[in-house]
Parts: sequence; C-alpha cells; structure tokens
Amino acid sequence: MTRATGPIALALLLALAGPLGAAPAPPGDARAYDTPDDQGGSITVEWRLSPDDAGTRLAGYEVHRAAGDTGRFQPVGQVPRGNTAYNDGEAADGIDYRYRVAAVDADGAASAPAEAGPARAREQWFKAGKANVLVATALFVAMVLVFLERARRGRLFIRRLAGLDAVEEAVGRATEMGRPILYCLGIGLLDYISTLAALNILGQVARKTAEYGTPLVVPTCEPIVHTVAREVVKESYAAKGRPDLFSDDMVYFVTSDQMGYAAALSGIMARERPATNLFMGYYAAEALVLAESGAATGAIQIAGTDQITQLPFFITACDFTLMGEELYAASAYLSQEPLLVGTIKAQDFGKVLIILLVAVGSLAALAFRSDVFSGWFGIK
Amino acid sequence: MTMSTDPWVWLAALLSLFIFSYLYKDNPLFKFAEHLFTGLSVGYLIVIYYNNIVRSYLLNPVLADHRWVLLVPFAIGLLYLFRFIPKLSHLMLIPIAITLGIWNGIALPLTIEADIIRQMQGTMINTSMFRNPWDPYTGLAVGILIAVGVICTITYFFFSREHKGALKVSAHIGIWFVMIGFGASFGYTVMARVSLLIGRLQFMFTEWIHLIK
Repeated sequence: MTRATGPIALALLLALAGPLGAAPAPPGDARAYDTPDDQGGSITVEWRLSPDDAGTRLAGYEVHRAAGDTGRFQPVGQVPRGNTAYNDGEAADGIDYRYRVAAVDADGAASAPAEAGPARAREQWFKAGKANVLVATALFVAMVLVFLERARRGRLFIRRLAGLDAVEEAVGRATEMGRPILYCLGIGLLDYISTLAALNILGQVARKTAEYGTPLVVPTCEPIVHTVAREVVKESYAAKGRPDLFSDDMVYFVTSDQMGYAAALSGIMARERPATNLFMGYYAAEALVLAESGAATGAIQIAGTDQITQLPFFITACDFTLMGEELYAASAYLSQEPLLVGTIKAQDFGKVLIILLVAVGSLAALAFRSDVFSGWFGIK
Repeated sequence: MTMSTDPWVWLAALLSLFIFSYLYKDNPLFKFAEHLFTGLSVGYLIVIYYNNIVRSYLLNPVLADHRWVLLVPFAIGLLYLFRFIPKLSHLMLIPIAITLGIWNGIALPLTIEADIIRQMQGTMINTSMFRNPWDPYTGLAVGILIAVGVICTITYFFFSREHKGALKVSAHIGIWFVMIGFGASFGYTVMARVSLLIGRLQFMFTEWIHLIK
C-alpha cells in the first residue's frame, strides 16, 4: 500500500460502516389514520423502514403522540425493528392527534422523527371486512323468505328419511307390547334449534301415542323446555280427540344436572322397560350413558341430534339415528310447517351454492394456479 | 394395608361402588345412589342458580349498585310464571320470543362466518398447497380429498331430491367419509371416558384403601 492509499481506504471503510456514534437514519413517509372497522379509540400509524433497519444496529421505532395543534409530544409506544406500523389503542374519539416516529438504536440514540397526522379516531358502524358475512346472511334470509312463500302456496318436496319410518314402527311395537315409549328431549335449552326440532317431533309422536293409546313418558331436564313439552303433548292429545288419555305425569321434570338426569333416566329405563326410547335434541357427555342403558334393556332406540361429537355413540347404540340436519328435516317433514319446510329448502339451495363455489374456486386454483376466486373468501 | 378414616372419603367411595353395581344389574344400592344423586343435584343447582344468576345479575347490581334498569329483564323473566295461570299463560311467550330473537340475531352471522365461510375457505383447493418445495403433490392430494369429502357429505344431507343416480353415488361416498370421521371421534372420546374411570379408580385406590401410595 502506498502512503496515499491508506487514508483513502480508511475513509471508504468509515463511509460504508456509517457515521460512528451518529443517530440512525429516520423512517420515511409516516402517516396516521383512524383504524378501520373498529369501535373507535384507535389510530394506526404507518411508516417506511429506516435505511438502517437492515443492519443490526437499530433497536426499533419509538412513537410519540400529541393532542391537538399545541399539545406536547409524549411517548405512547415502541415496536421492534422490521415493523412499519403501530396501533395506538389509547386514542380518545373525536380528538386530533399528531404523531412522531423515530428510529432508535441499541444505545438509545434516536433519529430525526417522521411526522404524521393529524388523525382522529372514530367508531365505524359497518365492518367492511365482514361484508361477505352480510352478503351470505342476506342471501340466506332471502332464500328462506322465498321458500317460505312457496311452502305456504303448496307442499314442497322433502325426501322421507329412514329414521321416520322407524319412528312409526317403534310406536306400533310399543303399542303391541303394551309398554311405554320414552321420549328424551336432551339437556338443551329452549333456544337451541335441536331442542325446538325435538319438540316438533315430540308433537307428532304424541299424536301417534294418542291415536293408539300407547303410554308416553317424557322426563325433562330443563324447566322451560319441560313447560313447553307438557303443552306440546297436551295439545297433541287434544288434537287427536283423546284429552282424557293425557295426564300431567306423562311429562315430568327430573333435574337440570346433566349426569343426575342421565342417572335418573338409566333407572327409569331399567325399571319401566320402555319398548321404545327416543332421544332427540341436544346431548353432551350423557349421550353414551343413555344410549347404552337403553340398549341394555332391549328397547328399540331412535336418536337424533346435531351434536357431532355425540353422534358416534348414538349410531353405535341405537337402531336408527337422525344425524345433524336430518333432525331438522325430520321435524319439517312431520310437521309440514311452511316455516320449517321453507328453511330446509333454503338450506338445500345454500348447499348447492356452497358446492358450486368450492368446486369453481378449486378448479380455478388447479387450472390457473391462481387464488383470485378463493381469495374472495379470505385465503392468503 | 391401611384404609382411610375420613367418613366423607368412605361415603364417596361407597357411592361410586353403588353406581358401578349397575354394571351387574339394577339393584337397591344403585337405586339409592341414583335417587340421592338426582335429588342432590336439584338442590345443588338451585343454590348455584341463586348464587351465580339471581345474586350476581340481579340482587347485587340492583340493591348495591342501584342499577334499577335490571328490573326490566327481571319482570320479563317473571312472565314465565304466567304458565300457572291458564288464562294468561300466553304471556310466557314474550320471554321465549325475546330469548329466541336475541339468540338468533347473535348466532346467525356467527354461524355463517364460522361454519360456512371459514369452512369453505378451508375446503377450497388453493395455491398454498403447491408451495411445499419437497412434496407439493401430497398437499394437493390431501386438499382434493378434503374437497371431495365435503362435497359428497353435503350431498348426503340434501333433502330436496331422492337419493338416486349420481346423487346416490355421491351420498354413499359422503356417508363413508362421515362414518370414518365418527369412528375417529368415537375412539377419541372412549379414551377420554376411560381416563374418567381411571380417575375414579385412582381416588379409591389412593384416598380410600391406600393401595397406591
């Protein structure tokens, strides 16, 4: 190395390493805006990374905030290097805030700040990110209304389920054997759809038992469901012209405790030996206890629930099982209520739509290796 | 071998044995335990409801915090009691209608988002399945299997047409998928139930007869 090249190389090295001990380069293009799709109280601050962000020197970014035009800047938060946004969740609605973002190195030296704002937090009434949910909900409601109107005008077709034939056979068997039918409504509350479907089916079963004079036993687990169940059975017996056969003791409350209910029903099944056990509605862990206890008595068992985790037990221990939506379809088929039938038809329409969307979206991805279509549904 | 001298442990262990005796057949010991359990559960739940609901959501907020507005839902809830007055029993439909309306309003968009839109997202074959640099086609095959399974299962639950022709084939494939899923779920839950039994046996062997130290 000559005498002249030594200082030049040193200067070059210093230039490449950056000024030793100097503050880091500031972030660029800072902007602040009201966080979209929220309930207010939040402002998002964004910026472009500092040129020093790529190295190891930078610790992160510090965000300062000032209220109004004259307020003093106070630190509100910091984020590690590599981040280009900060969400200020402490902003009050309706106040203008100004922000400063500074890059900070490991020694605490801060860059010149990038300024952003003013921005004002406010509440949004509509969450744009949920527009697809709104469209789907509106579409489903519209379909229900259309099919409801069509169901009111005339009978719409719903295929008969094998489990429904079994219900009639089971009622006939109990009548021949002179033994009762046990109808269990599960442990669901009245606002569970499966409980409502179970009550509809109970009405139809009660009509059959009223017609044949078969004893019916309905032990219940939930006080309000108990009240409605009793009315349903009473009305069914009255509708069949046999109010004399109805007694309040047919529908009785046992307990609201899940396993207490299961224990009581196990005992009832073992002692009263119903010819038929019908388990309809919402079930949880007691499903297996009930189904196994009933199976041990040799009764015909028909179950129906929308609880996927309990269906395997019913399928194993019962003669027929209405799986998931079959329970609702059975309820609609038996009652022929336009509202129920219309809902089932609307759901079928929705299923066709889902199949088409999944198929078209998948084919588009396979054929063009593009997620344009499925991206509408949020796939990244 | 020493045994527990705690009478509550004895009571709990004996009641467990009484319940287990049903495995042999229905008997007076099981009947005793069953009736005791059922009766106790009713009393216990009344206390729980009083403490967790009546006291927490009504008495304390109204009497201590003077949130009088809570008397409105309380009054609506009282309408359930009109069931015992036949001429006014229709009034109990009001709280039922309010409950169903609110529940449906909350549940409908949540169900559509979580059970339909998100499930569709998961079902659609997408380009992320090709991105595995080591085995891009396994991801694709699994994706196709899921999509076929979902579509066939949906066709099984299609009620507007009889299961004939292509719909029958598709529904049959669908029910196979459903049953395989149920089989897996069954095994999983049986394992959980066995662990419950192990817990009860552990209690008896550890706390009662001290067989396990």
